[in-house]
Amino acid sequence: MTSTILAEWTKIRTVRSTVWTLLPALVLTPLIAYYAGSGFASSYGSDRFDPLFPTFYSLTLGQLAIAVFGVLAVGAEHSTGSIRSGLTAVPRRGRFYLAKVCAVTATILGFAVLTVPATFFAAQAGLGPKRVGLGDPGVAQAMIGAVLYLILISLLALGLTAMLRSSIGALVILLPLLFLGGAGLGNIPQIRAVAQYLPDQAGMVILHLTLPDDPQFGRDYGPWTGIGIMALWTVVALLGGLLILRRRDA
Amino acid sequence: MIDIRHLTKRYGRTTAVDDLTFTVRPGHVTAFLGPNGAGKSTTMRLMLGLDRPTAGEVRIDGKAYQDDRRPLHQVGAMLEGRSTHPGRSAYHHLLWMAQSNRIPRVRVQQVLEMVGLADAARRRTGGYSLGMTQRLGIAAALLGDPPVLLLDEPVNGLDPEGIVWIRHLLKDLAAQGRTVFVSSHFMAETALTAQHLVVIGRGRLLADTTVDDLVGDSGSLEDAFIRLIGATR
Repeated sequence: MTSTILAEWTKIRTVRSTVWTLLPALVLTPLIAYYAGSGFASSYGSDRFDPLFPTFYSLTLGQLAIAVFGVLAVGAEHSTGSIRSGLTAVPRRGRFYLAKVCAVTATILGFAVLTVPATFFAAQAGLGPKRVGLGDPGVAQAMIGAVLYLILISLLALGLTAMLRSSIGALVILLPLLFLGGAGLGNIPQIRAVAQYLPDQAGMVILHLTLPDDPQFGRDYGPWTGIGIMALWTVVALLGGLLILRRRDA
Repeated sequence: MIDIRHLTKRYGRTTAVDDLTFTVRPGHVTAFLGPNGAGKSTTMRLMLGLDRPTAGEVRIDGKAYQDDRRPLHQVGAMLEGRSTHPGRSAYHHLLWMAQSNRIPRVRVQQVLEMVGLADAARRRTGGYSLGMTQRLGIAAALLGDPPVLLLDEPVNGLDPEGIVWIRHLLKDLAAQGRTVFVSSHFMAETALTAQHLVVIGRGRLLADTTVDDLVGDSGSLEDAFIRLIGATR
């Protein structure tokens, strides 16, 4: 299995799209966090002020790159025909798929371990005197949550793309979901009741991007339940992708 | 040795491969012939487990391809059309293939030199000519030094020098005792390279014989082939 994972890692590191997607996200996510931090510093005084809200706000943009990376990890093989080389070298499809999941997880873990602390410290620099430190309540949880959030987004994208066997199809579903999800869905109570269970929305509690008890941006569940809901979506997408890969002709 | 037993593949109401049974033996080049759309490529994809047969089975040296953990040591395959990521170099394409089957990295350089791609190996394959793409496909097939080779239209896109090169390569590989199964629609080239023939038309087996037997007194393989195909229309 390690040999198959190594091969998948080689595939990831030898195409330019990996750098195009991850490097801008690595630079821009902390940069935007800095400006979000300085913007929110001036709103201090409101009793609802949460210094962790501006901290991980920019991950809602950074996640788009992670989703595209997850999509391309599978979708590019279908669009280029290299899936046939892949399945000729590793004909056991479950093993092939699991190796890909492991390599993508490891890549995004590495990305998140760099990006999440950088984003945190950039935001705190922007917050200036209102900043929080690593030891403050909720900070460690939010940072671990952010790493998990990014990994789950990448795997959700991977699974969905394997189900649809198309990068375009997966992006058509994912980008509106991730881009627009937070924007307007909470405004109508009936929609909010359902929309809060969408994968990215569920992951936002642990990132402090939701407001407890708020009628619009509040959630009916806690941070870890939110990660659990997100993980459930991801597992369903991954299993769906596996099922399609095993059943369909390559 | 490749054993195909009652192999059938249907896509909806179309039957691409229809109850094929034949055996490909080691020690000589076996050509796989048939007009366009006869089911040659589908048969090869079925051999590699890329497509699932509707019925029947393929055994390569006694095993189904898709059960093998490291199949590149047993079977080397070259498929029709592009099967590389255009943004990846030939070297890295062969490297991940080698890694997935625990083939040592030095072998990548060896096969690149064997097919004459050593100088272009670091370039992205999207910029390759058809002939270079074919050479890369042959390099990938040779990577695991396998006793069985399946090559789908390897002569396509090669220049005259390349055609002579592959003719000698295939004969050498067969002379080493390997099973060499090559699809083609170039009759003149096939007559020079192969000793055995498997001919299909509309997914059905039309002939499984030696080149000499099929040619008989037709004059050329081309004439014999066209007569055989015509007789079944």
